[in-house]
Amino acid sequence: MIGAPDVVALARQEEEEAAAGGGAEAWREPPLPEEYSVPLAPFGGHGASPWARAGGSKFLRDFILVAEFSEQVGPQPLLTVPDDAKVPGSFDLNYFSLRIMSVDYQASFVGHPPGCAYPKLNFVEDSKVVLGDSKEGAFAYVHHLTLYDLEARGFVRPFCMAYISADEHKIMQQFQELSAEFSKASECLKTGNRKAFASELEKKLKDLDYTRSVLHGETEIQKKANDKGYYTTQAIEKANELASVEKSIIEHQDLLKQIRSYPYRKLKDSDFHPYEPECAPDQASVGSDQDLAASDLAEPGETTPYSHVPSYTPKLIKAKSAKCFDKKLKTLEELCDIYFFTQTLDQLHQIERTFRGDVCYLLTNQISRALLKQQSITNFLFEDASFLDEKAPEKHYRGCQELGQDAVERKCSEESPTPKVVVSLGSYKSSVECVPIKMEQDIDDPPEPAMTESITFEHQENLDYLDADIKGSISSGESIEVLGTEKSASGLTKSESQASLPISPSPQAGRSKVGSRRTVSEDSIEVLSTCPSEALIPEDFKASYPSAINEEPYADDEEGGLRFAPRLNPDDADEPEDGSNPENPAQVDSACCIGKESPRFLEPLPSPGPRPCDEDGVVRIPPQPYRQAEQGPCGGFAGSPHPDGVPGGLLPHELDSRYPAGGRELSRTSLDECSDSTSYISSAASTCSDRTPSPAHPPCPASERHKKKAGQNALRFIRQYPFAHPAIYSLLSGRTLIVLGEDEAIVKKLVTALSIFVPSCGVRAKPVKHWLTAPLHVVDFQRWKLVGLQRTASPAGVNVLHALSRYSRYVSILDADSKTLRCPLYRGAVVARLADHRTQIKRGSTYYMHVQSVLTQLCSKAFLFAFCHHLHLPVAESEPEEAVASRRVSFLKHHLGLANEDLKIVQYLAELLKLRYIQEPGQGANPLLRFDYVPSFLYKI
Amino acid sequence: FTLALKKSSVQTIGEEQIQNPYTELLVLKGHQDIVRFLVQIDDCRFASAGDDGIIFLWNAQTGEKLFELHGHTQKITAIAPFSSSDDSEEKSNLILTASADKTVIVWDCTTGRQVQKVSCFHSTVKCLTVLQRLDVWLSGGSDLCVWNRKLDLLCKTSHLTDAGISTLVELPKNCVAAAVGKELIIFRLTASSDKSEGWNILEVKRLVDHHDNILSLVSVNDLTFVTGSHVGELIVWDAIDWTKQASECNFWESSVHPDSQTEIKLSQSPNETSVQHLTSDEECVFAAVGKGIYVYNLQMKRVIACQRTAHDSSVLHIEKLPNRQLISCSEDGSVRIWELREKQQVPAEPVPTGFFNMWGFGRANKQANQAAKKTQENTTMHFLELVGDLIGHSSAVQMFLYFGELGLVTCSADHLVILWKDGERESRLRSLTLFQKLAQNGDLQLKF
Repeated sequence: MIGAPDVVALARQEEEEAAAGGGAEAWREPPLPEEYSVPLAPFGGHGASPWARAGGSKFLRDFILVAEFSEQVGPQPLLTVPDDAKVPGSFDLNYFSLRIMSVDYQASFVGHPPGCAYPKLNFVEDSKVVLGDSKEGAFAYVHHLTLYDLEARGFVRPFCMAYISADEHKIMQQFQELSAEFSKASECLKTGNRKAFASELEKKLKDLDYTRSVLHGETEIQKKANDKGYYTTQAIEKANELASVEKSIIEHQDLLKQIRSYPYRKLKDSDFHPYEPECAPDQASVGSDQDLAASDLAEPGETTPYSHVPSYTPKLIKAKSAKCFDKKLKTLEELCDIYFFTQTLDQLHQIERTFRGDVCYLLTNQISRALLKQQSITNFLFEDASFLDEKAPEKHYRGCQELGQDAVERKCSEESPTPKVVVSLGSYKSSVECVPIKMEQDIDDPPEPAMTESITFEHQENLDYLDADIKGSISSGESIEVLGTEKSASGLTKSESQASLPISPSPQAGRSKVGSRRTVSEDSIEVLSTCPSEALIPEDFKASYPSAINEEPYADDEEGGLRFAPRLNPDDADEPEDGSNPENPAQVDSACCIGKESPRFLEPLPSPGPRPCDEDGVVRIPPQPYRQAEQGPCGGFAGSPHPDGVPGGLLPHELDSRYPAGGRELSRTSLDECSDSTSYISSAASTCSDRTPSPAHPPCPASERHKKKAGQNALRFIRQYPFAHPAIYSLLSGRTLIVLGEDEAIVKKLVTALSIFVPSCGVRAKPVKHWLTAPLHVVDFQRWKLVGLQRTASPAGVNVLHALSRYSRYVSILDADSKTLRCPLYRGAVVARLADHRTQIKRGSTYYMHVQSVLTQLCSKAFLFAFCHHLHLPVAESEPEEAVASRRVSFLKHHLGLANEDLKIVQYLAELLKLRYIQEPGQGANPLLRFDYVPSFLYKI
Repeated sequence: FTLALKKSSVQTIGEEQIQNPYTELLVLKGHQDIVRFLVQIDDCRFASAGDDGIIFLWNAQTGEKLFELHGHTQKITAIAPFSSSDDSEEKSNLILTASADKTVIVWDCTTGRQVQKVSCFHSTVKCLTVLQRLDVWLSGGSDLCVWNRKLDLLCKTSHLTDAGISTLVELPKNCVAAAVGKELIIFRLTASSDKSEGWNILEVKRLVDHHDNILSLVSVNDLTFVTGSHVGELIVWDAIDWTKQASECNFWESSVHPDSQTEIKLSQSPNETSVQHLTSDEECVFAAVGKGIYVYNLQMKRVIACQRTAHDSSVLHIEKLPNRQLISCSEDGSVRIWELREKQQVPAEPVPTGFFNMWGFGRANKQANQAAKKTQENTTMHFLELVGDLIGHSSAVQMFLYFGELGLVTCSADHLVILWKDGERESRLRSLTLFQKLAQNGDLQLKF
């Protein structure tokens, strides 16, 4: 049966189209009388973009939800990022918390395993799941983790962090990135938690020790008092009590030992720093946070976080510890100590910023960044130094980055570089298959996984096709659907996985299968995806089959696929029954007193191993012992500039004296723009943008803001100044442009605007000096290509002007006060395209991108020019230099289609490329200044 | 706002300088005080020295700093290259440096090490001259000393004056001319009879024709040398018998009375007319006089071309290039490139500088024309055409060194040495390097 939601989904698309076409029309013209007007799409009215899929969802935009399965009150939301009630809106956080907490598959077993006298702590891997709730219009990446709490049942507290979006594709396609980022957050929480747990244990041990000594004393007294030769009941009681305390001591000591011996699983992950160590000794002594954690745990008294421990006064412990109803549970903050908690929050905010925006934007951005990274010869010219600093791009973004360089080149040459193709290149495989949920009763049916795998998101067609699937899925009548797990992807055969465009056996086959799936599935929870981790891919395997990276471990191909199916069945079977209480029994364990009423939860489970799937229902992925994939991205991101002080792109700006000023200026002036997440919405609305305006994947938000701000200023500049073209030409041809003015703010604004046109000379930061008060010197023209210069009436100011007139041949001078420009003539065409004052572009970031694209074109021309052998070297021995020179000019004119001064731009860029290429790695580039003897003209408004 | 601040009296050239090849510059930083001396070591190396007492060796092609020679405690007063004599097998490049700390140090340019240091001087050595032919070198201070390659003092004169010898020049027949104040003293080196390697130095003649301190002294050829004084006297001497062949003393009037042999005292302020530097080719002597440049033809015995105000302030150094070009540098911080052009008086002939006229350099021509009209009608007219200027230094350009196609090196009171290069050539060289590196990296095959 086809339910109503399907219709809604389809209608939504139509509305979108209407909004795209008619909506835009209606915008420009005065409103028509009501009877003539075409009804607008419901969300078109408030400036939504045509591709905003937000119609059905109740929240404004993507957000992060942190939830807990409390043993006292059940699933409950703890916090959201951004911390703004408007963002979730009417979205039912409680309900969704329940949903997301109910799909935790991890085996966080704590208890007394058979054959072991003491409770065992498990070091549980996080589980990562994607789930969708079509009723709520929400899709979520859910990251489950457990934290230790001595007072909790089984010492564990299940938590989860969820990235919630209305766009399912976003979750699917950004799965790896989300997983990597959330793992960092989780790692941070857990590190803090281990510390806190250890210190808690120590306190408890002290208490117990004290209790024991007290009890011991009492027993001794009783013994002495007792001369009757037999024990009183009182004495026996005391002795029992003492024995139980001693047992408890041993147990706690064992726990402490366990937590301290936290396996050094991630030692390899040396550049993974979710937080900065608080104190210098830590920093000096440890290589990784795990090390730190371990060492801290080993010597708790000596490190800052535990400095309070020695002064701890032990308390007497009553024999019976309180039940969980009696006490207030620790908050998340208490569980992980405030420092780590804030670090985690920072990380979550960072995630929220990173994944803000439309998925197509995110993808395009990732892909273009990946491709740019491969332009190793030209990318320094106009690209952000910050993103070039990011290392190991292949590990970073899963898209085409994971392809080897050759692969991308091959693809690019073979196929038209449309986003669609790139998407397929990217093998956004993680997007995972639709898992047949109920149909395979025959769990050993081998073809089944192969079938499921055919429905992938790799192809645009498949994407659409999947859309249909999703719509279809609503017919299940239940709100949450399991779309698949990555594990099931392992059904792929090797040959298929190597193909960049895996071909579905046939759409019909897939469709019919999906159809059958949908009709039979009646369960309420459908897991879209889980990530057992890419860890199983051996490193060398990644290298040799780069395009197949996301196709997951071949190692246990068949196995995984087969194992998965049976697990699903009980899922289907069980869920409806315990739908009201879908928490993972494995997680909450026997210790939870308010969990399932089922008696089996009241006693320890018999086996710590992977739970038999038919026993506890929910689809579960066994914890992976080794998570390489997480390390990969983390390693990559560690090098990327995060605002919280990770050395990266931000640093060069800070190191360079000219940047802080500019940065300050920017942050000041752009406060009203999009300075933070809360003010963001309103500003976006005011600039007639939609809910997905923010560029994604900013290496650091500051630089993103910078781009936007610079773009806006540049737009203003080209509209205000009729002589913008020669000014920009000066910058592009390497002639230093001086912006002269009295008012620092105006000058800096102009400098910011113009800075987007300045090619970098190979040094990390752009050769821009925002504000200078001293007279210029010849050395400065080598260093800076754009300078804001102070004009004053003082004698010093006279010197400044004198120097300027002296060196006038090296500079173009834009006088911000009198609005004049003195610079060489420009008659080319490139700058006209770059800076058309009649441009329809309205937004700064758009204009910035326009500029980037034109500049990229220029770069490629410069590259061709610089690297064409015959343009620079004689073809024959006897060929005179003049012939080569004329060939050079004719190439520039006829092949590259350049005219007049455009030649000089390309020549200058080519010269920069050459300099950069021939520069020996050890020594810095010789700061040379190239110039022309060309006359300047004075332009006035 | 306006930028044209040049004085109208000085010839200026626009920003368009077609003939100026120097379109790339490298600033060589290192010195901490005025850089006064530049000396070429070989085809691609040069040394710079100045008031900070440090000597830097540079690669003229790349601008790479090769060595930093520390040894003097005070400013450098003289520097001279001392390349090995022809008979020695291995080529060794030495330089001699004299300093106000009354020492002379010999440096090895290949290793950057100090070879030897002489510190037995009673006064500052103000000039150094190497007599390559005799394989000895001379140091001039308050006395004149002769040294051999091993730094043995061979002989010395008696104390001459406290002011000391300001400049020295080698003359034929083992003679040297030393400028001591207003006097020009000719010394002759004679092999001593008793020792095989001994030399005696004898004062042969004192010439007292100059009325003021002799500032410049240059040897033109084996037969002629020229001196210039602070008050603008230029005297051409016979190098064999040390007689005065010709003299020019009023450069302001020189064009008007080209044949005048009389020495007229100048009413001009001495600074305006002092002969700062002289250089010559076979035909002409080029004199930096005050702010102007004068070309004195030795055959015609008159000034054939001049630029009275070639610079805004005193011209400090002048050099003739092989291609009829002349470079001058000045206290005003600029370097100018001139071309000595001749213009036949045949009116029908197309004007060679027509292009420049088009671009507004007519004034220069007019000036030259005026000068030319005063000369005889039938002779070839010469004039100095400004073809380019190099602006980079912010203070007086003390000296420059012409390195042929490698470029031009200038040094200045602003502590900088600037290497001016032909941008076209450099660009070609870079392309060459690039393709070599491509081939070397194997990138050609793999990626492109």
